[in-house]
Order: sequence, then C-alpha cells, then structure tokens
Amino acid sequence: MTRLSVIPEQDQPTSNSPALVIDGVDMVFSRAGHAVHALNGIDLNVKEGEFISVVGPSGCGKSTLMKLVAGLRAPTNGRISILGEPVSGPRADVGIVFQNPVLLPWRTVFENVMLPTDILKLDRTKTEATARDLLALVGLGGFEDAYPNELSGGMQQRAAIARALAYDAPILMMDEPFGALDAMTREQMNVEVQRIWQASGKTIIFITHSIPEAVFLADRVVVMSARPGRILKTFDIDMPRPRTLDDMVSNNFGDYVKEIRALLGSGTEGGQNDAQSNW
Amino acid sequence: MTLNQTGNETVPAYVAPNFREKCASGLRYSLLPTVVFIGLLIFWETVVHVMEVPGYIFPAPSAVGKAFYHGIASGVYFIDLGVTAFEAVFGFILGSFLGIALGTIIVIFPLMERIVYPYVVALQTVPKVAIAPLLVVWFGFGISSKVIIVGLVCLFPVLVNVIAGLRAVDDERLDLLAALSATRWQIFRHLRFPNAMPFVFAGLNTAIVLSVIGAIVGEFVGATKGVGFRILQANYSLDIAAAFALFVLLSLMGLTMHSTLKFIERRTVFWTKSQDIRDS
Ligand SMILES: Nc1ncnc2c1ncn2[C@@H]1O[C@H](COP(=O)(O)OP(=O)(O)OP(=O)(O)O)[C@@H](O)[C@H]1O
Ligand SMILES: [Mg+2]
Repeated sequence: MTRLSVIPEQDQPTSNSPALVIDGVDMVFSRAGHAVHALNGIDLNVKEGEFISVVGPSGCGKSTLMKLVAGLRAPTNGRISILGEPVSGPRADVGIVFQNPVLLPWRTVFENVMLPTDILKLDRTKTEATARDLLALVGLGGFEDAYPNELSGGMQQRAAIARALAYDAPILMMDEPFGALDAMTREQMNVEVQRIWQASGKTIIFITHSIPEAVFLADRVVVMSARPGRILKTFDIDMPRPRTLDDMVSNNFGDYVKEIRALLGSGTEGGQNDAQSNW
Repeated sequence: MTLNQTGNETVPAYVAPNFREKCASGLRYSLLPTVVFIGLLIFWETVVHVMEVPGYIFPAPSAVGKAFYHGIASGVYFIDLGVTAFEAVFGFILGSFLGIALGTIIVIFPLMERIVYPYVVALQTVPKVAIAPLLVVWFGFGISSKVIIVGLVCLFPVLVNVIAGLRAVDDERLDLLAALSATRWQIFRHLRFPNAMPFVFAGLNTAIVLSVIGAIVGEFVGATKGVGFRILQANYSLDIAAAFALFVLLSLMGLTMHSTLKFIERRTVFWTKSQDIRDS
C-alpha cells in the first residue's frame, strides 16, 4: 500500500528522525475457526514530535494498530520500529490511554495516576506533584482520594489521561480518550492536549471518532477504511499553531472536515461494512 | 422562581411520608422478626405443655433457657466454648493459609497444578467424617487433631477461590501493566493479588461456616473437652434441654465468627460488593 497525500509532503522527513515506522503490517485474528482480517498492509512514518490523528469506521482496527505499536501483540506480517529499534514487546517510553479507562478499583484516583511511577520504579517524590497538577488540569482536583467506582465514566477517562501523562513518555498513544466527555469538556481537553503537546514535544498518535477533533489536533490525519483496515489517505493539516476553538469555524478547517467525511462515506469498498459504523 | 417556591412549600409535605416510611421499614426490619421470634417461642412452649411432651424428647424453651443460664452461670460453657472456638479459629487460619499458599503456587507454576491438584481433589471427595477417626488416632484426643480436621475442611473452598481469583484477571488490566513493562512479580503484586481478594473472601466465608462443623465432627469422634463433647454427654444422659442450650451456644459462636469475617471483608475489599462464589 502506498501512502497517499492530498497535500505534497513538506521538507522535514530527512531532518527529523522517525519516531515510529510501520511497514507493511497485517493483522489477522482467528476467531471461532475463521480468520478476521483486521489490518491490511499498513504503512506509516511518524516523525519525532509529530501529532497524528487516526480516524476510521468502528471495527476497522484502530485499537488493534495501537496495541501492535505498543508491543502488546505481534503483527501477522510486517515490521514496526520505534526510534529506530524494532518493536519486540512493550516499552516504557510509549505511554498509552486505552479506549476504556482501565483504572484499578482498589487504588484511589491519585494512586491510579501513580501506578506507572510504581511499576517503572520512578522517584515518587518527583512525580507526586506532577500527578496532582495533572489531576487538577483534567478537572479532577479534589477527587484525588476518591475511588474509581465513585467517578462518572468521563471522570474515569480523564483520570486515565492524567495517568498516561504523569510519567514522561516521549511517545503517547491515545485511543478515543474523549469519547465519554460532553462537548464542552471535550473541546477544552482538545485545547489542553495541544498545549501539552506543544510544551512537551511529545510524539502523539491520537485515535478518534470525531473528524473535527482529528483535524483540530493533528499535523496529519490518517484515514482508515472499514475492515480489513487499510490507510485510505493521509491529510496534512496546514493550519498555524496554536489553533484555537475559533479556528474550527474557519473555511480551511471546514474544507478538511468535509473532505475527510466524504472519503469515509465512500471509503468502504473492499471491506465488510460493520453495521455499527458511526458515520 | 415560582417553581422554587412551590418546591419549598412541598418540603414538609415531602418529609412527613419519608419519616413515616422510615418507621414502617424500621418496623418491618427489626420489630416484625422479633415479634415472629417471640411468637414462635410462645407457640413452642404452649405446644410442649399442652401436649405434655416429655423433656427428654423435646424440651420447652423455658427449660432450654434455664439450662443455658446454668451453663453460663456455672462457667462450664466458657471452657468448652474456648476449646471449640480455638479449634475452629486455628483450624480455619491453618486451612486458609495453606489454601492461599497452595493456590498461589499452583497459579505461578502451572506444572504444580498437574502434580498437586489431583491429590487435593481426591482428598476433597473423601468425606472428612470418614477420615476424622483416623486423624484422632494419629493426633490424639486433644485439640491438635481437631485443628487438623478443621484445616482440611477449610483448605478446599479457599484453594479453589484463590486459584479462580488469581486467574480471573481482566485482559485490559493485564495490557495496562504489560504496556508499562511490568514484571511477572509486579503483575502479581499490583493486579493478581488485589484482584483475587474478593474471591478469597468468598472462599473464607464458606470455610468459616465449615470450620465449626469440622470442630464438632472432630469432637464427636473423640474428645475430652469442647461443645461437641458436651453435646454428646448431654445426649447420653438424655438431658435434651442442655443439648439445645449447647446448640444455641454453637450458633452464637458461628454467628460471631461469620460477622467478624464479614466486617474484615468490608474493610479489605471495599471496592466490591461481596461476591458469593461457592466451591461446589
Ligand atoms: N483479540 C481479538 N480476537 C479476535 N478478533 C479481534 C480481537 N481484537 C480485535 N478483533 C477484531 O479486529 C477488528 C478491529 O478491532 P479494533 O478494536 O481494532 O477496532 P477499532 O477500529 O478500534 O474499533 P472502534 O472504533 O469501535 O474502537 C474487529 O473486527 C474485531 O472484531
Ligand atoms: Mg477501538
């Protein structure tokens, strides 16, 4: 599969080393005796410090792709390398926000955010302040000592985001992190994510169902087809930073959204379209 | 704002039925059972007197009460209760500890399951009543044989639940820890152990009930002290009122042990409603 770009590539690729290289990745699950082809010939290069959004119909393999990059599963075919090293298992420099919050119910919100610190044996005294700041940032100040079952779904998801940010992983992957949030909070969180990304220089891969969100955040939007997931097209989003919520009503922005929506609407050839497709 | 005012007006009208409801539910939850209990006692007392049932067949509650008071006042009960409680509690601790240790080993080393588990199941299928006499022969009429019987009785439900709990780990939580490059030990410490706790308590709840049964069975087979031993004595001397009084004593002991465990459970696995996973 060749990567298609609407707007020609800019000049960086040689100056910035790739944070992530995905090369010809296939993923086939076997379920109840027959094969489920989840990913088909995925090629993607992500530069260090780049912000990539991934959109695609439900069930097209976005979460699967993230788990492959995270080293939690091995691809059926193809190679993935991070910062020049082939991925052979999970690595500590890749932070993940899973599609579900996955908080541990026996830990307080604060202790959940501190989990990576405990596992990676980092200095607790150093991360504690960061953890508190992050909880305040995601609007959970005052809930440090609450337990996850005392939080709403959206609050749990925000705690999970704080957890992923609490240790300084240079590469961050977020799987529909804002799915459980109301529109207002979601927009605020988008602005925050952009700010954190700009301040930290992290490489971020951001999976979402919202096309406007994808366009707002990304340097490039990767559009995937229905299963078996292929990359239909990548869109370079050429809009100045920092972007504001007002930019979302600009003509430029609207054009990107329209184009991607049109592509997704027609981009189901070749794959069995899942009935629950959200578009 | 008119809405708010009407809201204020309805407040007292709202409180009154709530208060009444509370009284009604209080009645239902504590008064009614008490009334039924007293009613049953009166009925029992009356039947025994009217039908002139002899005391060595079925004693009246008043006779049971008298025997109970006598047992307490003379101090005999305390020694027997102490002995039986010791057997039950220490056997329970022994069996639970072994169950947790063995279950953990089996989950960590899958080969151990194939080596050890068949014997555990084989042991479990033999009724403890059948091997109790043997254990008394080996370990004597004293307390130790009872502790071992209780331990054997408690082992299995705890073991089965520990294994289930350590294994029933959510895949997503495993992914979360794996993504952080957690070691096997870290996964055990931060995920499998806490995850198993509600299961462990389900096993312990079964075991604590069985522990009293185990202690009594052991004493029936051969003992010189204990509530079970006293029950046998009372039966032989046809002092059925005393036997009934000892039943009451046993239930009180079992109830105390059970609620103590429940109290500890609520504190320990506060994040979950108690799961009742039974062994068989
Ligand atoms: N462990 C698994 N075993 C078998 N099939 C799987 C497994 N995980 C995912 N799949 C299949 O792979 C496909 C892609 O799943 P995935 O979760 O990656 O989709 P997704 O793009 O993240 O969807 P959504 O947007 O709804 O989250 C689905 O058809 C799913 O049924
Ligand atoms: Mg998904």
